[in-house]
Amino acid sequence: MSTASSDAAASSQAEVSDEIATIAEKYAAEGRTEDRVRLDYPPYRSSILRHPTKDLHHADPEGIELWSPAFGHSDVDPLEADLTIQHSGEPVGERMVVTGRVLDGDGRPVRHQLVEVWQANAGGRYIHKRDQHPAAIDPNFTGVGRCLTDGDGNYRFTTIKPGPYPWKNHRNAWRPAHIHFSVFGSEFTQRLVTQMYFPGDPLFALDPIYQAIVDPAARARLVASYDHDVTQPEWCTGYRWDIVLTGSHRTPMEEE
Amino acid sequence: MTPTPGQTVGPFFGYALPYDGDSELVPPGSARAIRLSGRVLDGAGAPVPDALIELWQADADGVVPRAEGSLHRDGFTFTGWGRASTDNTGRYSFTTLAPGATGPGAAPFFALTVFARGLLDRLQTRAYLPGPATADDRLLASLPTGRRDTLVARPDEHGFVFDIRLQGEGETVFLSHGRD
Repeated sequence: MSTASSDAAASSQAEVSDEIATIAEKYAAEGRTEDRVRLDYPPYRSSILRHPTKDLHHADPEGIELWSPAFGHSDVDPLEADLTIQHSGEPVGERMVVTGRVLDGDGRPVRHQLVEVWQANAGGRYIHKRDQHPAAIDPNFTGVGRCLTDGDGNYRFTTIKPGPYPWKNHRNAWRPAHIHFSVFGSEFTQRLVTQMYFPGDPLFALDPIYQAIVDPAARARLVASYDHDVTQPEWCTGYRWDIVLTGSHRTPMEEE
Repeated sequence: MTPTPGQTVGPFFGYALPYDGDSELVPPGSARAIRLSGRVLDGAGAPVPDALIELWQADADGVVPRAEGSLHRDGFTFTGWGRASTDNTGRYSFTTLAPGATGPGAAPFFALTVFARGLLDRLQTRAYLPGPATADDRLLASLPTGRRDTLVARPDEHGFVFDIRLQGEGETVFLSHGRD
């Protein structure tokens, strides 16, 4: 059995769900819109000592902050966008394509910029040595990919659908299936690391990381859409997910 | 358009985001190489062993690097960007160059992004080089005296030390860059 005695002090899902509901009710009563994830969200226990207690300090970007590092074909091989061909055999699971565009806050495509992804395998197991989930490691799946966006801001990965995985935030805690995304903009200030989810996941309501985005419309922005036009006959299913970064500060005069 | 919200980098980025040479913007021991290092600490003063720090900086002449190649360094091109994972003691370390001023009178700084398990969104800050130029810096001047020092690195024998306190006593000033 995997129910460790060290979990004895942990909360139950019902207790965590109550905390999530209380925060959601308070937010709904306030009648304002909060687009970002909260840093201070106690139902996610690890955040309690790891969030700043003071407000972020406003700064006008200067110098280096108005630019982003440049990545190119010397950094990323096009084959790195296919997570299903990194070993000698086919990984287990539902093969799928995930594609979309990276846009800035003004709707302009983020061109030729780095996108990194990492994820669990179909059984919900990460390759990482600290993942103790007793699901099978898939020798044909590492779960790491990279690509550069094209001239219109498009990215595209071929992978397999990750499974949900258990974690120790509370007893019987399970994360909804997700793919981690790391995205660069054209400015330092636009840096984003986030997670993409799949439509209709029954674990959404129970997950304190997803629910830390307290606005329902804001958290729905992390859910990909099934897209039959991306699906390929007798090969793979397809999902589409666009990523919007914050606005840029450089004027057109400063563009490369 | 409304930005996509962030989420924590989680516990398992260690096999995905780090790469060989990630924290060595210049080869260790090369001319003018310095070390930028420090610890990431939580609200109880405990080290954060599962954080990732990204560094983005001007070159020694204050020029913003535009060269690619950060992921496969050639040993000669200064790309200005790198990343470093914290170790079991919460310590990160970069080998790099001291950045120059990007404009007349500007105070040189390293731009840093902080990610960690338990940190729901990335944080951004500046690590200024100590020196007279910090006295006239607009951002530093806008901070209460007690908090200003959290953004100024201190010199050590190999370069500079910049600790990042996520919460509590001496909490590092983290920045927002919204246009409104």
